[in-house]
Amino acid sequence: MVDVLVCVKRVPDSSGQVLLTDDAQAVDARYVGSTLSEHENCAVELAAQLVEADGGTVSLVSIGAAETVEQLRSALAVGAGAATLVETDLRDFGPSDIAHEIAEVVRAHAEAGRTHDLVLLGNDAADTGDFQVPVRLAHALGRPVVTGIRTVSIQDGRAIAHGDAPDGGRETFDLPLPAVVAVSEGGVSPRYPTIKGRMGAKKVEIEMRQPSRAPVGSGRVRLTLPPPTPSSVQVLGEGPEAAPAVVDLFQSLGVLR
Amino acid sequence: MAEVPGSARVVVIGAGIVGNSLVHHLARLGWRDIVQIDKGALPNPGGSTGHASNFIFPVDHSREITDLTLDSVRQYKEMDVFTQSGGYEIARTEERMEELRRRMSSARAWGIEAELVGPEHVKEKIPFIETDDIVGAFWTPSVGVVDSLRAGTIMREKALELGALTVVPNVEVTDLVVTDGRISAVETSGGTIEAETVVVACGVWSPRIAKMAGAAIPLTPAVHQMISVGPIPQLAERPGEISFPIVRDMDTFCYERQHGADMEVGSYAHRAILHEPDEIPSIDQAKLSPTEMPFTQEDFDPQLEQAFELMPDALGADGAEIRYAINGLLSLTPDGAPILGETSEVKGLWSAAAVWIKEGPGVGRAVAEWMTHGSSEIDVHHSDIARFYPHQRTRSHVKARTSEAFIKTYGIVHPGEQWEGERGKRLAPMHTRQTEQGARFFETVGWERPHWYDGNEALLGEYGDRVMPREHEWDSRWWSPIINAEHLAMRERAGIVDLTAFAIFDVVGPRAMDAVQRIVVAQADVAPGKVIYTPVIDERGGFKSDLTVMRLAHDHYRVVTGGAHGMADKKWFADRMPADGGAAVVDVTSAYSTIGLWGPKARDILGRLTDDDISDGGFGFLSCRNIEVGNLGVLASRISYVGELGWELYVPMEEGARLWSLLHEAGEPDGAVPVGIGVYGTTGRIEKGYRAFGFELDAERSIVEASMQRPKVKQADFIGREAYVKQREEEPKTVLCTMTVDDHTSASGMKRYMLGGEPVLTGDGGTLTDGHGHHPYVTSAGSAPTLGKHVLMAYLPPDQATLGNQLAVSYMEELYPVTVESVDSTPLLDPDNARIR
Repeated sequence: MVDVLVCVKRVPDSSGQVLLTDDAQAVDARYVGSTLSEHENCAVELAAQLVEADGGTVSLVSIGAAETVEQLRSALAVGAGAATLVETDLRDFGPSDIAHEIAEVVRAHAEAGRTHDLVLLGNDAADTGDFQVPVRLAHALGRPVVTGIRTVSIQDGRAIAHGDAPDGGRETFDLPLPAVVAVSEGGVSPRYPTIKGRMGAKKVEIEMRQPSRAPVGSGRVRLTLPPPTPSSVQVLGEGPEAAPAVVDLFQSLGVLR
Repeated sequence: MAEVPGSARVVVIGAGIVGNSLVHHLARLGWRDIVQIDKGALPNPGGSTGHASNFIFPVDHSREITDLTLDSVRQYKEMDVFTQSGGYEIARTEERMEELRRRMSSARAWGIEAELVGPEHVKEKIPFIETDDIVGAFWTPSVGVVDSLRAGTIMREKALELGALTVVPNVEVTDLVVTDGRISAVETSGGTIEAETVVVACGVWSPRIAKMAGAAIPLTPAVHQMISVGPIPQLAERPGEISFPIVRDMDTFCYERQHGADMEVGSYAHRAILHEPDEIPSIDQAKLSPTEMPFTQEDFDPQLEQAFELMPDALGADGAEIRYAINGLLSLTPDGAPILGETSEVKGLWSAAAVWIKEGPGVGRAVAEWMTHGSSEIDVHHSDIARFYPHQRTRSHVKARTSEAFIKTYGIVHPGEQWEGERGKRLAPMHTRQTEQGARFFETVGWERPHWYDGNEALLGEYGDRVMPREHEWDSRWWSPIINAEHLAMRERAGIVDLTAFAIFDVVGPRAMDAVQRIVVAQADVAPGKVIYTPVIDERGGFKSDLTVMRLAHDHYRVVTGGAHGMADKKWFADRMPADGGAAVVDVTSAYSTIGLWGPKARDILGRLTDDDISDGGFGFLSCRNIEVGNLGVLASRISYVGELGWELYVPMEEGARLWSLLHEAGEPDGAVPVGIGVYGTTGRIEKGYRAFGFELDAERSIVEASMQRPKVKQADFIGREAYVKQREEEPKTVLCTMTVDDHTSASGMKRYMLGGEPVLTGDGGTLTDGHGHHPYVTSAGSAPTLGKHVLMAYLPPDQATLGNQLAVSYMEELYPVTVESVDSTPLLDPDNARIR
C-alpha cells in the first residue's frame, strides 16, 4: 500500500511551434491547447502502476487557474483517484512559492490523516523550465529527493528509483519513505484514457483550495524563446530502392529492432 | 519539386478533395496550363479533408445535395476508393421516427434504396449495440466510406497524365491581384503567377484568401468534435477498414463509425465553436495539422456517455482507449449550402468552398463544367455564391446563422422553419403598420415579409371549413388557416400584398434592347409601356430564372424578380451586357417598394385613388405606365401572379407606407384585406398552375417540360435558343402536371396534408420513372381554397401525364390517392383567365 501524490501543471502543448503571449509572461496555448508535460504524464503512469502493483491511492495536486481542472480530470481518467487544485493566477508564482504551496497541501492532508508517502513531480516544467520545485519541496518537507528518475518501485517500505547517469550508465537510488522523486519521461508509456475512465473522472469531486499566502519568492521578468533549431531534410532516396535506408534509419531510432 | 510558373490559364488554390476534383475535371474538359498550389505538403496538406471521417450517407432532403453526393459516390467507386458498409440513422423517439418517414420520402423521390427497420435489424448487423432505447432506424444499404486522400492523389495524377497540370505544394498565397475588376495574378511565397482565372478551393481558409481580392466567401471555420476509441476486439476480428454499418444516433447528434479496430465517435451536439479564418494556426504552429485543433474534452463528455450507453461492450472493451481526439475544423455557411461559382465582386475569381467529402468530386465536376460551358449538368443554383446579398456576407451574419444552425445538423427541421436570430434586418416601409395588423413575419434574404396577418382572424368565422383547417401539428406548423381565408377574401373582394422584397434592376443604355433581347426568351423588342413575363435559360436550355421585364423607354428596361434569387439574376444579366458598354445593369432594389393590389374589386379600389384611365381598354393586361395615386406618383404594372385583376404598384421606398395606407383606406368599402406571402407564394399561384423558380423551374428543367412554350420562337438570337428549338422538336421526357388529392384520410383517421417533396407513385405504390431516369416528386404543394382541394405539382413520365390519371402520393409512409387534373399549364381555376381581365 502506498499513498502517492503527483504534482502536475497545466502547460501548453509544445509539440507545435512555441509562441509566447504578448507580455512574454507565459506560453501561448491558443493553437496547441493545454496539456500535462510528458514528464508528468509519466509520473502519473508510474503512480498508477505502483498502486496497481502494491495497492494504495494516487492523488493529484496542481496550482493554477480554474481551467486546470481539465488537466486534473485527464489524469483522473488514467488512474488517479483524488485531486486538489490550489486556484490562483500562476504568473506571480515562482518555483519557491509553488514548492511552498504544495508543501502546505501535503501538510494539510497529513493533518487530515492522508500521508502522501511518495510525492512525484515532473523533473522540470514544460513551459517555464525552472528545474527547482522538486528540490525546494523536499527541503520544505524535510524529505529526501532524487531527480531525473525514470522508474520507481516500492520494496520493503522504501522507494527504489532508477535514472540515467550522466555517463550513459544507469543510476539506482534507495530512498526511505516519505520521499520526493522528480520524474523524467521515457521510463514508462503513459496510457490513454478509456471511456469508462473518463466517465469516472468526471464524477470525482476536486478539492479546491486558495493559496496559503501571497507570493514572496523571486518573480519572473519575462520568458524568452530559444533560437529556432535549424531543421535539415535528408532525402534517403526515391522509390523501392530507398527501403533499406529507411530500415536502417528506423533501426537507429529504435523503432525497428 | 515543381517551381511556381510565371503564368497559368487557371490557378486552383487548394489541394483538398475539392481542388483535386476540380483540376481533374478541368483537365478532362480540355483545360491545359492548370496550376494547383497549396501551402501544405501532399497528399495531406492539412485542411479539413485530412481529418474527415470520410463516410457518406446519400439521402438528403435537398435534391441538389443528393445529386452531388450520388455523382461523387459514382466517381469514388470508379477510383476504387469506396467501401460499402451500409448505415443506420436510429431513432430514440416517435418524433424522430416521423422524421425518418420523411427521410423515406426523400429516398424514394431521389431513387435511393432505403428501408425503415426495427431494432432487431440493427442488432443483427451490429451485435454489440444496445437496442433498448431504439424505436426504429432508417437503413441505407449504399452508405459507405471513402479514402478521400487517395482519391485526391488519383485525380491529380489523371490531370498530370494529360499534361494539363502543374502541382506546387508548400507554397503560400500572399496576395491576389485585381486589375479593373478582374483577377490578374496570384502572388505566392514562390513567386507571382499571372492568371485570368483563379479558383479558391481552400476550405476553411477560403474567406481569408478571397478577401485578398476584395471578395467575400461567407463561410466560417467551425469545430466538429471527434474521438477514436480502440483497439476494440469485436472490430478487430473482421478484416479491412469497415465491416459494420455506420450508426448515426440522430437524437444524440452523434455518429459511430468503425475504422479498422477503432471506433470513431463524432458529435454535432456540442455548442457551436466557431473560429476566425485569420486565426487558424500555421502548419508550424499547429500541434497535429492546422485544422485539427486542440480537443476541448468538456464539450464532448455528455456524448461520451451516450455513445457508451449505445455500445458499452465495444467502447468499454478491455484495452479500448481514447487514442485520438480532435476539434476538427470544417466549413459552415449561413444557409448550409456550399459556396460555388464566380464571385460577384471580382471577374475570374471563383469559389469552390464549404463542400463536404460526400459532395467533393460531384462539386469538382459541376464547377469545372460551369467554368467550361457556363452551366453544369447538376443544377447547383442553391450553392451559387451570387445568391448572397451584401448583408449576408458580413462576418456577424455568418456567425449568427451558423451558430443557430449547428445543432440542426442532425436536427428535425420543418421545411417552413424560420430562423430565430438575425431578424428584423430589411424592413418594408409599411412594416410598422403591418405589425399593427398582426403580421406574422417570415424572413427571406433578410426581408421580413408578412406570411399572414393575425388581424384577419375574423375571416375564419366568415369562411368556416372553406379555409381547409389542418389537424396534424406537423402539417400546420409554420402555417395558418388565415392564409386560406386571406386567399378567399382576395378572390371574392381584393387583397393588398407587400412585395417590397422583390429584387429590381434596370438595364439602361442605347443597346439596352439588344442586351435584354439576347438574355430573355420572350420578345423584348416591344413598345415602351409593355410588360414581358419570360423565362431566362442557359445555353443548355435549362431555367436560370423566370421574371418580368417592363420596357420603360427605348433605352430603359426594368427587371423584377424574386428577392431570394435576385442577386444571381442580376449577375446573370450583368455578366452578359455588351462588351462595348452600350448597356449597363443598375440595381434599384432598395429604391422601390412594391405593393400588389388584386381581386375583383381591384379596379374599383384603385379608381377611387386615381383619375387615370385604368379600364381594361385604357390599361390592358401586360402593360405598365406612371399614374397618379392620390398625391403619389406610381409606376403601375398590370400583371398578376395570383390570377386576379390588378396591378403591381411601384413607389419610391419612402412613399411605400403612404401607398399602403391609401390602398387600405380606399379598399375598406369593398372589404379589401392585407394578404400575406402564404397566398402570393403558394395558394394563389398554385390554383393558377403558375410555376415557381426553385420549385418547378431550375436548370435541369426545360421550357417544354414545364409546358411554358409559346406558339413561336422569336427570330432574334438569344442564349439557349438552339437548345430550346431542339427541345421543342423532341418528345418531352417528363411533363409538369398538376394533381389534386382525392382523400386525405390517414390510417389513424386524421387528415394529412402534404407539404412538398413527397414521391408520386402508381396507385398501388409502384415506382414511376421518367425519361431522365428521375422519379416524380411533389415540387409544390398547397391549398387551393377556391377549389376546396389540396394541389400538388410534379413532373410525371409522359405516359402518366393524362387527365384523370389516378396515382398516389406517399406521405409519412402512407399512400394517398391523387388525380392528374392538368397536364400542361392550363390552370385548375379560371382556365380562360377571365378573372384577370
